[in-house]
Amino acid sequence: MRSRVSSLPFFRGISPDTLFQIFLGSIAVLSVLVLAALLLRELIVGAMPALSAYGVEFLFSAEWNPVLSEFGALPFIYGTIVSSLLALLIGVPLSLGIAVFLTEIAPAKVRAVLSPVIELLAAIPSVIIGLWGIFVLAPFVREHIAPLLMEHLGFLPLFRGPAYGYSVLTAGIVLAIMITPIISSVSREALLAVPRLQKEGALALGATRFEAVTGVVLPYARGAIFGAVMLGLGRAIGETMAVTMVIGNSPQLFTSLLHPGYTMAAVIANEFTEATDDIYLAALIEIGLVLFAISMVVNIIARAITWRYLRVQGGS
Amino acid sequence: MESKIEVVELNAGFGSTHVLKNISMSIPRNRVTAIIGPSGCGKSTFVRCLNRIHELVPGAWVRGKVLLDGKNIYDSDVDPVDIRRRVGMVFQKPNPFPAMSIFDNIAYGPKIHGMKKGLERIVEDSLRKAALWDEVKHRLKDSPVSLSGGQQQRLCIARALAVEPEVILFDEPCSALDPVATAKIEDLILELRENYTIVIVTHNMQQAARIADYTAFFLMGELIEYGETAQIFENPRDKRTEDYITGRFG
Ligand SMILES: Nc1ncnc2c1ncn2[C@@H]1O[C@H](COP(=O)(O)OP(=O)(O)O)[C@@H](O)[C@H]1O
Ligand SMILES: [Mg+2]
Repeated sequence: MRSRVSSLPFFRGISPDTLFQIFLGSIAVLSVLVLAALLLRELIVGAMPALSAYGVEFLFSAEWNPVLSEFGALPFIYGTIVSSLLALLIGVPLSLGIAVFLTEIAPAKVRAVLSPVIELLAAIPSVIIGLWGIFVLAPFVREHIAPLLMEHLGFLPLFRGPAYGYSVLTAGIVLAIMITPIISSVSREALLAVPRLQKEGALALGATRFEAVTGVVLPYARGAIFGAVMLGLGRAIGETMAVTMVIGNSPQLFTSLLHPGYTMAAVIANEFTEATDDIYLAALIEIGLVLFAISMVVNIIARAITWRYLRVQGGS
Repeated sequence: MESKIEVVELNAGFGSTHVLKNISMSIPRNRVTAIIGPSGCGKSTFVRCLNRIHELVPGAWVRGKVLLDGKNIYDSDVDPVDIRRRVGMVFQKPNPFPAMSIFDNIAYGPKIHGMKKGLERIVEDSLRKAALWDEVKHRLKDSPVSLSGGQQQRLCIARALAVEPEVILFDEPCSALDPVATAKIEDLILELRENYTIVIVTHNMQQAARIADYTAFFLMGELIEYGETAQIFENPRDKRTEDYITGRFG
């Protein structure tokens, strides 16, 4: 079937439908790029006083003392990275466990009830999760989890006391809970999309169901699962409200996860209104710039790797 | 003829669908037995009952006996995982594991059965038996996705051989392959016949005629006729078998 083609010389041989698609596609891509560029420009202009005053030193200095106009972003970058990785460390196994349970183990009825309940978790406003963190989780960490960790793993600097309720660990747990719905539901979709023949292939070799799932089904879906993890990481890095309510908001290079910390998103939200002089404001905006850059890098890596896996699997 | 598998009044289905109706037949050791019949008559369901894969589908049920070397594989003291190792299966579509290298695809089975040493040896032997060694020996670390369909199917055969099964079930193994790749698989099956008991589902009657010693004709979940391949094709006793092989339906 031949469709009509354009008579303009440059577009000869291209159907009007294709042209229209190219046109719409270009507009969409352009507008996104323009928006991103405008935002970036705004951030750079706003951060300029700090950029020129502190240079790269800004990224490596641990001093944050607005009264003395000392601004170093390291404690916030560090706090964001550690709390996000901690969230992944707790959240990923939990999410994969949930996804495997829902697709492989749970009876149909349990699955029908549980799946939406878990997804509903994602709809809870983060300030509510933060409140729960303050009233339930932080005391629980201080009184139960931290003493347990100190008793058994206290020889590691990571779990040295004294234990605060408002700590990096508490923030990590809160973040883990917040990223579990997205990681588990995307992973569940990925597991459901694995052809039945893959699992049967393993079972037909005498694999147990556990061996088939861990050795064949999960690896088959690894590209999509990796994408899910990156989505979760993106969310953890950017999460502001729930984190600031439980992390203790103390700009320090903690070694113990039981101590308080601070994150980039949290400091911007907390100190923006107090930032009355230009350099203070510029420093906060520069932290925003760093946050923006890190989120971009995480996303680009995620896309690149997901795309590579998809290609290896022949687009399935 | 000594039988390897004895099927006794086998009934199977999905929920309220009764697919297999009272199948009884004896499958001889070290021979190729073909299952033919029109689409949807229960051929796949039948072979999937022989290695207890059928029961993994939600709602699936089985009644009757399948005796493997005289022991009913559906007895309560039998571990289905053990049966599936002894009765291997090659599926309709090649299903290599794309996340593993060619080497690991073959080594996967032996590994889950606790083997740690001598994997190179097993991988090479299995690939040689599946007539694939020369084509892949320099790219064992590659993904199987880069192989052609026929090579992928032989990889799946090698993978099945690696766990040293006694019986191999082939469920329309060539339906996704071109004639050249099909001929290779057929040659291979004839070689494997020396050491394994083979059951092959096919709806290609020439294929059954070429490679099978015995042929069973299924129709709507019933075993209509079963005998030596030559007899079934040249001298069918049942009118329905004759109609099917002369192409009058199915
Ligand atoms: N998962 C399933 N659930 C319900 N019915 C099924 C399922 N798989 C197959 N069937 C039915 O069982 C019958 C036999 O199928 P099958 O054994 O695959 O036939 P064949 O391999 O001879 O084409 C068909 O009528 C089919 O519709
Ligand atoms: Mg079939």
